[in-house]
Amino acid sequence: MKALSQKRRHPLAAIVLLALALLLTGGLYAVATATNEAKAETSTTYTATQAQEGEKLFISNCATCHGTNAEGTADGPSLVGVGAAAVDFQVGTGRMPMQMQGTQAQLKPGQFNEEQTDQLAAYVSSLGAGPSVPEDEYLDVSKGDAANGAKIFLANCAMCHNAAGVGGALTRGKFAPTLMGVSEKHIYEAMETGPQNMPVFNDANITPEEKRDVITYLKSQEVNNSPGGFALGSLGPVAEGLLIWTLGLGIILIFTVWLTSRSA
Amino acid sequence: MSHTTVETDYQAKTSTGRIANFVDSRVGLSGIIKEFGRKIFPDHWTFMFGEVALYSLVILILSGTFLTLWFNPSMAPVAYDGSYVPMKGTEMSVAYASTLHISFDVRGGLLLRQIHHWAALMFMLALTIHMLRVFFTGAFRRPRELNWVVGCVLFILGIAAGFTGYSLPDDVLSGNGLRIVDGIMKALPLVGTYLSLFFFGGEFPGEQLIGRLYSMHIMIVPALILLCVAIHLFMVVVHKHTQYPGPGRTEGNVVGFPVGPVYAAKAGGFFFIVFGIIAFLASTFTINAIWNYGPYDPSPVQAGTQPDWYVGFGDGALRLMPGAWPWHWEFNVLGGTWVFSVLGPLIPAGLIIMAMFIWPWLERWVTKDNREHHILDRPRNAPYRTGVGVAGIIAYGTLMVAASSDLIATHFHLSLNDVAYWLRASLILGPLVGFFVTQRVCLALQRKDRELVLHGIESGQVVQLPHGEFIEVHKPLDEYRRYKLVNFESPAPLAAQPNKKGKISFAEKTRAGLSKIWFQDRVVSVTPAELEAAHQAHDENHGSVAASDTKEIH
Amino acid sequence: MGNHSDDARKTSSVVVTSHEEGKETFPNPGLPPHAPRLTDVDPHKAKSAERQVSLLFVISILGAILFWVAYFGIKIGGEYYDVMNPEPTNALRLQNLLLGLGIAFSMFGIGIGVVHWARTLMPDHEMVEYRHAVSAEADRAEAQEIVETIIAESGIKRRPLLRNTLIGSVILAPLTFVTFLRDLGPADPSVLKHTMWDKGVRLVRDPSGTPIKASDVTLGSAYHVLPENLSSLSHDQGYLNEKAKAVVLLMRLDPSDLKVSAGREDWNVDGIIAYSKVCTHVGCPIALYEQRTHHLLCPCHQSTFDAADECKVVFGPAGHALPQLPIAVDSEGYLVAQSDFHEPVGPAYWERGKHVKEMAGETK
Repeated sequence: MKALSQKRRHPLAAIVLLALALLLTGGLYAVATATNEAKAETSTTYTATQAQEGEKLFISNCATCHGTNAEGTADGPSLVGVGAAAVDFQVGTGRMPMQMQGTQAQLKPGQFNEEQTDQLAAYVSSLGAGPSVPEDEYLDVSKGDAANGAKIFLANCAMCHNAAGVGGALTRGKFAPTLMGVSEKHIYEAMETGPQNMPVFNDANITPEEKRDVITYLKSQEVNNSPGGFALGSLGPVAEGLLIWTLGLGIILIFTVWLTSRSA
Repeated sequence: MSHTTVETDYQAKTSTGRIANFVDSRVGLSGIIKEFGRKIFPDHWTFMFGEVALYSLVILILSGTFLTLWFNPSMAPVAYDGSYVPMKGTEMSVAYASTLHISFDVRGGLLLRQIHHWAALMFMLALTIHMLRVFFTGAFRRPRELNWVVGCVLFILGIAAGFTGYSLPDDVLSGNGLRIVDGIMKALPLVGTYLSLFFFGGEFPGEQLIGRLYSMHIMIVPALILLCVAIHLFMVVVHKHTQYPGPGRTEGNVVGFPVGPVYAAKAGGFFFIVFGIIAFLASTFTINAIWNYGPYDPSPVQAGTQPDWYVGFGDGALRLMPGAWPWHWEFNVLGGTWVFSVLGPLIPAGLIIMAMFIWPWLERWVTKDNREHHILDRPRNAPYRTGVGVAGIIAYGTLMVAASSDLIATHFHLSLNDVAYWLRASLILGPLVGFFVTQRVCLALQRKDRELVLHGIESGQVVQLPHGEFIEVHKPLDEYRRYKLVNFESPAPLAAQPNKKGKISFAEKTRAGLSKIWFQDRVVSVTPAELEAAHQAHDENHGSVAASDTKEIH
Repeated sequence: MGNHSDDARKTSSVVVTSHEEGKETFPNPGLPPHAPRLTDVDPHKAKSAERQVSLLFVISILGAILFWVAYFGIKIGGEYYDVMNPEPTNALRLQNLLLGLGIAFSMFGIGIGVVHWARTLMPDHEMVEYRHAVSAEADRAEAQEIVETIIAESGIKRRPLLRNTLIGSVILAPLTFVTFLRDLGPADPSVLKHTMWDKGVRLVRDPSGTPIKASDVTLGSAYHVLPENLSSLSHDQGYLNEKAKAVVLLMRLDPSDLKVSAGREDWNVDGIIAYSKVCTHVGCPIALYEQRTHHLLCPCHQSTFDAADECKVVFGPAGHALPQLPIAVDSEGYLVAQSDFHEPVGPAYWERGKHVKEMAGETK
């Protein structure tokens, strides 16, 4: 402390301070734009070889619907600017490539391994800036705040995915899938990119820290069993009504018949 | 007057007798014991559902009383500081916070909540099954019409009790339920907006509603339910219980077991059994996980927003109405906005409720049967009523199923729009198909009964006759079993009758039309002469049977 | 199978009948003979039934003990639904299970025991009781006479002044209590006309309360939005009431996808549109936004609105389109409202038509 207070009056102090201030603003600006521009520059983490391999995979597996240059066709949207996160989500969860055209791409065992997924992501992110795969820091639930996550989840997500994250119906046969058992990374990427009919929740809407909170809340639902016993799919009153009309009535019927029958 | 007490001549010999003597000389117990001690109740498994409802009500009152010890029906805001991590620091109403407190911080509180809620579902279930039993067996007929109405009132009060209780925790799910109630109230012509403003103490959601619902839920509605239960049971005692047809049973007697000891033991034991069932459900299955739903806030909503099952028919009715097809159903005429997109669905729901209330009189109007009935109908022996009942179940069931249209869509991989289209069709066509199919099934079952009476039971023994024919030996019914199958009436259609002025009114024509639909196809019971003829035919044909039991008349 | 049933099938639509009215019937054979139970004839069986019943009562006692073991024995350290430690929640679940099973066994033991006792050891002879008319004709006449005497002695028929004033007072007296209900709430429907949205009010995120830049709303985004001035209200000032009316969903569509009617051309900002989130059916928040089909779905009754077509109803029970909030961008680039909604939000009500007309007049 003493040393610092002495050097404060050094002639170069003003310059150092100015430099620090510039660095700080610049850094902040960089962070801010990075979030707003959805971290376009992180695509550089992929190598050129990955992108080349990815292009080959793309041509043979995806180009039929998305076009040879990923410019999109009647059967599939353009992938320019969707970013690595979208590829990692869609291919990583097995939704892409789709088995056939339908109302909604479904979760299924992945067709590509992790390495191939990365290569595809590298190729697509080279086409235009877009959201990148999230950093591990934002997927660490031990750092998240479940209470804040619950608030954000209930306000933004529960209307489609249900309060307990078990999914729900959309129009014309589409549906919001369950979030139980979905990896932290894929939940993050889904919020970031808005796959299928899901709206986009970019970092300006829900910040990376808030996304982590949401994931924390969902994981707290996943790792904890309902304290009241079987959760009946967390579907609410319909499941409860069904249980009382089947199991409840069934047990009652057995007892009424026993009670009024004659003993042998 | 002398200062000594009045000496009774009666001197009890046992200790039980002495206690009874003490009580009786002060409150007059012997009359009650004489009346009830050996009163006869018929025994049948279908007679038990009213008891299940009564016992569920006792369990509800018991568990509900415990819940009031911790529940606080205030809508004042508070920051949560309990042990449920995902709500820490969240602002919520005191009502919601105290429900979380009961669930997580009162030992066994969660169990009490679950017992209370499962008991509520069981209460409404048992009430419904009991009503169906009364309907399908014709137990509502004279002299029990008023008791049927009391039962219908109990059904409505049960819904009211359930809905007010469902709303108390002030969570997002029930809050949106209240918002729907607000929307329905506002749709009522002329008075709707005022009704809503009064109910919520201003605009929705206000700050008074939970307190108001609480006083309804724990005082007004339960008091009315208990009053109706008292009236209901009083009338059961006055009328004595109905019984199924069978040997030894007549319109003038009751065959069964005496209250003491058998019936009291069975009924008393059954209370503990029902309690055990509800405790088992509450220990094993989560119900109303309000911690998932979050504190009420007008902004959020969640997929799968549904009421408890007994309100489902109303919610389903709302879902099935097309609001903007083929035209917009909101009209600005006659000084206000007529919201038929909401009022429309109230019509089928209201019709089902109204038909339920007036059915005893409706049936009597068509059949012109004003006699007392203490012997029940087997449902097959009243095909028209069974048909109407099944039609009602289909209409009600369609509406109830419609309340879960979104979950049906996701779980059966359907489009929820298609589910709605199919259910709309089912609401209109289902009851009609249900009526006619059920009527035919009942007639078929009646024919089967006739055959059993006339030709006996297939014994499974196949014998070869001297001339080579194989026949199965039929064993005739014994007279007790036979009596059960032949002891019923089969009313014929009643043609329209002119009134005093000699004219046939429109109402009378309608009645005659209904009578024709109900009774033109019918099966009557076997007579002794027919049985005799059938036996002779058996003998003549060495066991193979001629079809002389049916004659065509037209 | 014999061939005897064939004819009956052929005559499916005719009356199967015998003699008509006044036909002879089978006589009532009376109660069937009573068949004794095993426990009635075999003292060993009776003894074993007795033992079974007392065993059930012992099970009941064990159930009660299980309850106390679970109540006092299970110690829960920690808080529930912790993402890192599910043990406390599991312990709570176990306690709930054992408490409930304890009660269930203690109840089942008594119940099943007593019923088993009744079925096996108490007499099972059916008995007959005779019914009597609910009210005898003679009684009815007597009762009528008593009522008439009471009426005559009260003099109510002879003194019409007494009768009429009594009727009047008996009608009015309960109405005093009914009057109390008047102050259950205010009686001015015009509160439903307006929300907190006004010219220049910023759109802020729900629940964080931060303002939104137009540039933040990327294509396909959906923001749940409140008016900025809402946070100035306390709970007592009707925070929830205002929130219930003011909730808005903000979406960005490709401007070329939007159908815009005359008069609403400047209500969106480059395809950013804001609509009331309160369903026009019965008021649930409709927040299920499908970014590709541009459909908004209400999870309560499945009303579907087309965001690209000014939120007109495309399916379900809602009766009219969602009201649009006209928005603009302020000097700092944040989204603001141009005005309040131009029609009442939420479900239709009796005065709605009138209010719509009045509000159209106000904005001109």
